[in-house]
Amino acid sequence: MLNRGRNIEKGRVITRRMFILAAAKILLFAGISSRLYNLQISDREKYEILSDKNRIREWKTPPQRGIIVDNFNKVLASNDRVFQLHLILDEINDFDVTIFKIKNIIGLDQFEIKKLYKKKERLKPWDTLVVSDNLTWEQFSKINLYLHELEGAKPVLSTSRFYPYANDLVHIVGYVGDASPKDLEKTEIKENFVPGLKVGKYGIENSQEKMLIGNYGIKRYEVNASGKRISQIDYIKERQGNKVNLTIDIEIQKYAQELLKGKAGSICAMDIFTGEVVAMASSPTYDPNKFTHGINQKDWQEIRNNPLKPLINKSIAGLYSPGSTFKPLVALAALEYGILDPNKTIKCKGHKHPYELYGVKYHCWKKEGHGYMKLRNAIKQSCDIYFYEMARLLGVDKLSIIAKRYGLGNNILGDIFNDEKKGLVPDTKWKRRALEQSWYLGETVINGIGQGYIQTTPLQLCLMTAQIANGGYKIKPHIIKDYSINYKDIINKIKLDRSNFPLHERNYLDDINVEYYQRMYHKKSNINFVLDAMFGSTNEQYGTSYKSRYDDPQYQFAGKTGTSQVRRITDLDRELDLDTEQIEYKKRDHALYVAFAPYKDPRYAISVIIEHGGSGSKAAAPLASKLIKRIIDRHKLREQFNNGNTSLA
Amino acid sequence: MLRERIQASNYSFLDKLKSIDYLLILLIIAIGSTSVFAIYSTEGGKFSFYTKNHIIRLSIFFSLFLVLSFVRVSTWYKNAYLFYTVGLILLITVLFFGISASGATRWINLYFLNLQPSELMKIAVIICFARYYHRIQSSDIQSYKFLIQPIILLIIPCYLVIQQPDLGTSILIAGSGIAIIWLAGLNIKYFVYSGLLLLVSLPFAISILKPYQKSRILTFFNPDRDPLGAGYQIIQSKIAIGSGGFFGKGYLKGTQSYLEFLPEKHTDFIFTLFSEEFGFIGSITLLFLYILLIYRIINVGLVSRSFFAKLYCFGFATAIFLYVFVNIAMVLGMLPIVGAPLPIMSYGGSSLLSIMLGLSIVMSCKIYNQEQISVY
Repeated sequence: MLNRGRNIEKGRVITRRMFILAAAKILLFAGISSRLYNLQISDREKYEILSDKNRIREWKTPPQRGIIVDNFNKVLASNDRVFQLHLILDEINDFDVTIFKIKNIIGLDQFEIKKLYKKKERLKPWDTLVVSDNLTWEQFSKINLYLHELEGAKPVLSTSRFYPYANDLVHIVGYVGDASPKDLEKTEIKENFVPGLKVGKYGIENSQEKMLIGNYGIKRYEVNASGKRISQIDYIKERQGNKVNLTIDIEIQKYAQELLKGKAGSICAMDIFTGEVVAMASSPTYDPNKFTHGINQKDWQEIRNNPLKPLINKSIAGLYSPGSTFKPLVALAALEYGILDPNKTIKCKGHKHPYELYGVKYHCWKKEGHGYMKLRNAIKQSCDIYFYEMARLLGVDKLSIIAKRYGLGNNILGDIFNDEKKGLVPDTKWKRRALEQSWYLGETVINGIGQGYIQTTPLQLCLMTAQIANGGYKIKPHIIKDYSINYKDIINKIKLDRSNFPLHERNYLDDINVEYYQRMYHKKSNINFVLDAMFGSTNEQYGTSYKSRYDDPQYQFAGKTGTSQVRRITDLDRELDLDTEQIEYKKRDHALYVAFAPYKDPRYAISVIIEHGGSGSKAAAPLASKLIKRIIDRHKLREQFNNGNTSLA
Repeated sequence: MLRERIQASNYSFLDKLKSIDYLLILLIIAIGSTSVFAIYSTEGGKFSFYTKNHIIRLSIFFSLFLVLSFVRVSTWYKNAYLFYTVGLILLITVLFFGISASGATRWINLYFLNLQPSELMKIAVIICFARYYHRIQSSDIQSYKFLIQPIILLIIPCYLVIQQPDLGTSILIAGSGIAIIWLAGLNIKYFVYSGLLLLVSLPFAISILKPYQKSRILTFFNPDRDPLGAGYQIIQSKIAIGSGGFFGKGYLKGTQSYLEFLPEKHTDFIFTLFSEEFGFIGSITLLFLYILLIYRIINVGLVSRSFFAKLYCFGFATAIFLYVFVNIAMVLGMLPIVGAPLPIMSYGGSSLLSIMLGLSIVMSCKIYNQEQISVY
């Protein structure tokens, strides 16, 4: 019985202890339940996001770059089919072996292989390595033949930038290349960038990036823990960049470039009413296609070390003294301010009796002198003596107002080209500010023949000529088509205005800034006088560009030559009087020419500069003459096309 | 005594069938079939290796469970020490002839099954201790003489299992043994003292752990310490469970496991997969099934007459609770990852075998609940 009692006690203990344990179990299970509640209900969103981050991976697909076309919709920059070889890194077991095989198939050199390894280090394990972005057809077909042996290799048909008019347009269109860290700071690139995407490096390609770059596509894949793609969930298609329509006529551009072949210089042509740049050639030039896949060292050195500096866009970044091409503007300024009667006669006595001011001698270019000159003749025969005296009377400040108003000393194309130069139109204020010196009258005198401090770009000279030729109206030069303006109306308005308003208020002359398509002249007759003198310069005997003239009124043009010194002419030089060919290249004069055509009903202005070409009449005017004919021949076509286009727009 | 023995032998087959705990069987079937679906899902919805094996094992071990349920509880009692001895021999065999996988030597190749003796030891310790305390008078329980024996019996297998190394199983074995000592009525002060001692010696204990075990424990306290290494499992498991939400992502739609972010998803992390696909509702339901199972086992103990049966059932119920708790708490990031399977749900023959064996003893306790076993 004692046993029995003990047993009952033992049974009770066991049961009691069991219940204590059970209570503990219930507590712990409650703990688990609350934890589940926390994870799955309270923090659900957080873990859902983490889970999606885990499983979804995005691949960006590169957009196609927008194309660039000329005035006639001819493609200047296209996207060509190229053969590429990509390696999908997460499908490769042994990278070394794969690279070795590829090396043997397409023939990579040690340097290129090193580059690939470097590139690979920067990639994530699920990224794609572009082994070559431009395979030849032979390499491409070979790769396809051995494809079964190459794990992770993917032959890809892709696109890359191609410039069909390679050398003819590089200074305008520019080129593309791999994005640098600096490029990636730009918002338009940062927002649309995909690794491997080429971005604009120069010219239109660079400044119109926002238009051209397009938007990348997104492919969303579900991936597993090792990053392998399982299935495509989503695909937002990439959008090609917009078309950029230039005002350039590629035929004229090509011809201008051809005329400059073998020389260093620039040719610009502009519509004098619309301000459309029809051609803007710069020589020497280079092939932008070489930059697309990374230029090789040899080619790059060749371009960089060329003494004629092909990398500089001479039309907007080349600075030259305008020389005598500046004279029509000096004459116009003197007439507008009423400084001088055009019938005033000055005698040019040749090198023996030069113009003298405070003991300093100023020579005319013509050794034997021009004799008695009136203003028209002085422009026509480009007499320096007449202009020395006229500039002295006019003063540099008045001259600078007119020069600036007609387009010198300022940025013309806005922010299209980041290398565009402003040039320099000096005045007394400028000198005091920049050089902290006062102005000397002698500087005014040489400024009168476009020498001295004055610096202009060829395109500025073209604009100056255009704005004189259109009767003195301000135009807006541009190189990208502007469909927001109806130019037909503007041309009619300017022509009507010109026939009705011979005079403008006098105080109007003090202001540099004029609204677009508004009069800049004070007296219409002054403009007409200058235009007539320029006609004489080209189409009358003793005119400096008489040899380049056309008698056919359809092509007949008016112009002004210029020969700009690159150094001071010494007495010794005057005595030797060498031919251009006999002088060292670097010391030869720059040859310049500005013109407008046709004379009867002007439409185009043109400027030509041949670096170290000698005299403007011999080196520059003949080229202008040839180009003018081509431009006028194509005028009707352009007019038809543009009218068709504007009506469409 | 004689009367009782006769009474026991006089159970008719019909009586036996009547006294089977059918709810317990139903629960086993319910959890068993859930596990089949879960393992089918770990294979991405394909009927292949793991699913096939799991179904075969489940059917074999379930049949074994049914057959062994009819073994008399006194037979289990008589062979309890033998059971323990065999388990110990097998553990020693592992030490010399065991086969290794991923740095641990835990298995013996039995050709049809790679047996993990430490799993069997979980049951062996419970049945051995139940027998031990069955015959000890309540007055003797507090004496050192009777306390030292079970402690030695517990330390030997725990030490052997730690050597494999398998910290998780070792802790579970120790836990079930201690549970029975507790149930037998050892004074609470012993538990308090040894608990304090454990706490004090913890830093020392950690210092002798294997580097990977140390890193697991450190990672438990800060999973972001090494998000792609030791912390990876905890982080990914929490993401999977958390993203399941209230209703889950749907069957076969658990992205975390389908996309292989989950490690060991068919064994230790099976609950994670289940919870991701069936959400809070599913998890709580599964938890409830386990609670019912534990409740039914306790119930058998309550209706049993012998101390052996009571101690065994309560002990086994506590063991099941420990397995479930440790596993789920582990995948929820509440405990360090120690490697403990979820009973019945996890893929793994030895674990399933030992659970089924243990359950069959419970069932035999139920069928022969009136059987009185001599304390002498």
